[in-house]
Amino acid sequence: MPNAPLEQKTAKTAALTVRGLSIFFGNHAVLKNVSIDIAAKAVTAIIGPSGCGKSTFLRAINRMHELNPEARMEGEISLFGENIYSRETEAVVVRRRVGMVFQKSNPFPTMSVSENVTVGLRLNGIRDRRVLTQRTEEALRMAALWDEVKDRLQAPAISLSGGQQQRLCIARALAVQPEVLLMDEPASALDPLATQKIEDLIIDLKKDYTIVIVTHNMQQAARSSDTTAFFYLGELVEYGPTTRIFTKPAQKRTEDYVTGRFG
Amino acid sequence: MTASNHHWRKTKNMLMQTITFVCAVLVILPLLLVFFQLLTRGASSINWAFFTQLPKPVGEVGGGMANSIVGTFILILLASTLGVPVGVLGGVFLSEYTHRRLNWWIRFTADVINGVPSITWGMVVYALIVVPMKGFSMLAGGVVLGLMMIPLIMRTTEEVLQLVPTGYREAALALGISQWRVIMQIVVRTATKGIVTGVLLALARIAGETAPLLFTAFGNAYWTHKLTEPVAALPLQIFSYAISPYDDWRRQAWAGALVLILLVCALNIGVRTLTRDRFGGARRDV
Repeated sequence: MPNAPLEQKTAKTAALTVRGLSIFFGNHAVLKNVSIDIAAKAVTAIIGPSGCGKSTFLRAINRMHELNPEARMEGEISLFGENIYSRETEAVVVRRRVGMVFQKSNPFPTMSVSENVTVGLRLNGIRDRRVLTQRTEEALRMAALWDEVKDRLQAPAISLSGGQQQRLCIARALAVQPEVLLMDEPASALDPLATQKIEDLIIDLKKDYTIVIVTHNMQQAARSSDTTAFFYLGELVEYGPTTRIFTKPAQKRTEDYVTGRFG
Repeated sequence: MTASNHHWRKTKNMLMQTITFVCAVLVILPLLLVFFQLLTRGASSINWAFFTQLPKPVGEVGGGMANSIVGTFILILLASTLGVPVGVLGGVFLSEYTHRRLNWWIRFTADVINGVPSITWGMVVYALIVVPMKGFSMLAGGVVLGLMMIPLIMRTTEEVLQLVPTGYREAALALGISQWRVIMQIVVRTATKGIVTGVLLALARIAGETAPLLFTAFGNAYWTHKLTEPVAALPLQIFSYAISPYDDWRRQAWAGALVLILLVCALNIGVRTLTRDRFGGARRDV
């Protein structure tokens, strides 16, 4: 019997509804009975100490936890009303609607900048040159990278700096035109200047995309998100508007974490 | 830490350094000896005729090993059409599809097969192909060499694919690309250099195999282009000339051996050139 959400639904529509989500790796329960609504066209931050299940939760949204052969899930996740775990739904289709950016930037080393951006389109069957060129420019502009690379679209992707590579990965994810963008600690490997650019980018992107971002950095969550969810030892402890979570949290464990008493 | 202690330690260090240096030189020594012998005895017999003419009958001076050199190349090509696809795809299976028990058995079998003496391979293919076809053939020679390549290429391909960081697979899958395409167009493409290296090393290994060809390709004094006919090969020709009592033939055997080792060297240098670090630094880690 899934728990009722600890917060009332926000006024915006929910892009993702999660009910009673539990994930087991073998016999070990990594996520326990999580229920949450993720608002559309807003930024939701997932915070919590190491090992609390936040990355697992993120990966459950685009069915990436299934890559682990020992993973088992219970519960339900709906993307704009459609159950993404129904037997008729293929993981491949879900992943085209839900994009992901990883902690360590990983542009494909054998491809150029533009080839990296269009790889999701090309390898899914889209070959029209005009469409590809157009989407490349759109995606790179949205990732705030266009001005820096427009003269070297054919350069190898790995010749870019760390921050540029991460923005390239964001462009690559955006080119497929997903509805939701998942980001797993996207700026943790970057210097403060590059981090700032990523955060500005996130605030810009939420006009068009639903964004869920896992972060270790509480200040980052406070700066860039609308809603924050606090996870601890596999459970969703509390979630709500960011300002409230950081100033007047309802649960003691939340307060202990955001004030730095542990974690 | 007395002064004499320090002196003794320095001496020990020098001793170890000298011993290891001598051992390293001893390793290279056989190769240098081989080259020296081949160059002194074989280089003089290498001339244009050697590369263009067929072997002449006993008693006649001259002639060459043209058909053997071409034969070796043909056999390598035939072997590759069997060994490369099967080996590479087998390696892809082992690396990318994890069925633990089955994979363990396949790896174990491949490693055992890698140790099977090549003459045994020759006998097996003799029984399976030469006897039913009632004759020695290019096909049998290509098949036996190809079979020997398969486990080699499979293992090197698997190891190279394992070196491709998981991050690339995950990033590609997260874009909604189907698994088969992720494997072939992202993972394999990233590992192409390593796979080619493995193939070239396998080629270098089989180029010099003699024993299996004794039962399969058998050798031929003339030109041939039919798959069903026996074909000349460099190692075979070297073998039959080297044990013959004729000086002229023995000279040519030395030349053949020199050409063979140059071929193997060229393949190995090709491997080195492919895998050199073009930009001088270590590759970026993802």
